[in-house]
Amino acid sequence: MNAILIAVIPVAIIGLICAVVLVAASIIMKVHEDERIPKVRECLPGANCGACGFAGCDGYAKALVEDGAQANLCVPGGAEVVKQLSEVLGIEVEEASPRVAIIHCGGDCDKTEDNVNYVGIESCKAAKLIFGGKGKCGYGCLGFGDCKAACPEDAICIEKGLARINRSKCIGCGICAKTCPNRLISIAPARRHIVVTCSNKDKGALTRKVCSNGCIGCRKCEKACPKEAIKVIDNRAVVDYEKCVGCGICAKECAVGCIIIEK
Amino acid sequence: MTKLIIILLSAVFINNYVLSRFLGICPFLGVSKKLDSATGMSLAVIFVMLMATAVTYPIQIYLLDPNDLGYLQTIVFILVIAALVQLVEIVLKRYIPALHKSLGVYLPLITTNCAVLGVTILNIDEGYTFIEAMVNSLGSGLGFFLAMVMFSGVRSKIEGADIPKSFKGLPVTLIAASITSLSFLGFGGVIENLFAK
Repeated sequence: MNAILIAVIPVAIIGLICAVVLVAASIIMKVHEDERIPKVRECLPGANCGACGFAGCDGYAKALVEDGAQANLCVPGGAEVVKQLSEVLGIEVEEASPRVAIIHCGGDCDKTEDNVNYVGIESCKAAKLIFGGKGKCGYGCLGFGDCKAACPEDAICIEKGLARINRSKCIGCGICAKTCPNRLISIAPARRHIVVTCSNKDKGALTRKVCSNGCIGCRKCEKACPKEAIKVIDNRAVVDYEKCVGCGICAKECAVGCIIIEK
Repeated sequence: MTKLIIILLSAVFINNYVLSRFLGICPFLGVSKKLDSATGMSLAVIFVMLMATAVTYPIQIYLLDPNDLGYLQTIVFILVIAALVQLVEIVLKRYIPALHKSLGVYLPLITTNCAVLGVTILNIDEGYTFIEAMVNSLGSGLGFFLAMVMFSGVRSKIEGADIPKSFKGLPVTLIAASITSLSFLGFGGVIENLFAK
């Protein structure tokens, strides 16, 4: 009994001393943290998805309070969280602009044809590895629905061999954009959209050979755009959604009709 | 003086804690993927090893040994080191936030690192004086640093290599670690003979 006590008591005392020192230190040397940080953190959904671009919700909360990060970056939280955040932080915040996915390909089976009779694994990734896919256009939608399988909200369907986004369901998470082996999907603020439905980087003549929806890179849209929001890069038109106001002039001007307006 | 240099160099090269004594393998495999995290972790380890030795050595000499409590060494050391690291973290956060930020998560991670505990216990077992114990801790920390930085280089090479599927990930890392540790066998006997007259 005595031997046990002799062992227990010193360890207990050392432990106690350590505990007292630690508690004292944590009180004396308390770092004054902005008290709004925990409050802000509570408003955030806690999904730690990283869509805001910071390391989890904790990182975003810290950035909001200390570095004045924008309060409308939380995708899963949406408008509700923005409202709460603006109350806690006491600032006016623009409503979170919801984002949606856009598919930059319009080559369904009416407009382009298959190059080969593909009987391999039913996935875009696998098909892409063999001659760049079954279709004639090496840049277009492969049509096996890797994006559809990846979508958490079931917002993508495949129609006539072409992926389509159901905008009412899309939450703009961007998972599909990462999945597409041809990088056809981009994420943009959800409003009236000008969509260039072609991603073919070949010269106009080559593009038109493989798809009747192809952008020929004529720069008519670029010249017509009053905001300089549409540019021809690598032989196909690309819209800068930060500048685009959705006026639709480019869609009217487009010689081949590959620019469409989505609402 | 010569003895101190021998202790330092042996701790870095011959008795390298990771590659010869196989202590601290967990951070060695876990944090060596990137050079900057490997450096951060190693600096934290050097720091904690020195602090831990400075605290546990007196405890052993003035508290445990006189009272015949040598058998409590392990548990007391663990307790003291864990508390010490927490304390250091609080102090750093308050007074040197820059260092606290750069050491980051690695500081609390090594509260119960076996390399740190190993250094403190081996210091006692080797019968070092206080100065020698501190030098040995510094050397061990530097050895850990050397192993981590070297191995992060090895790993970045592995990442780009074409490896058979069954070896991908941890298996090839362990093989590389064993080859790296074999290379350190080459240092055996070098340091003693360097200073032998």
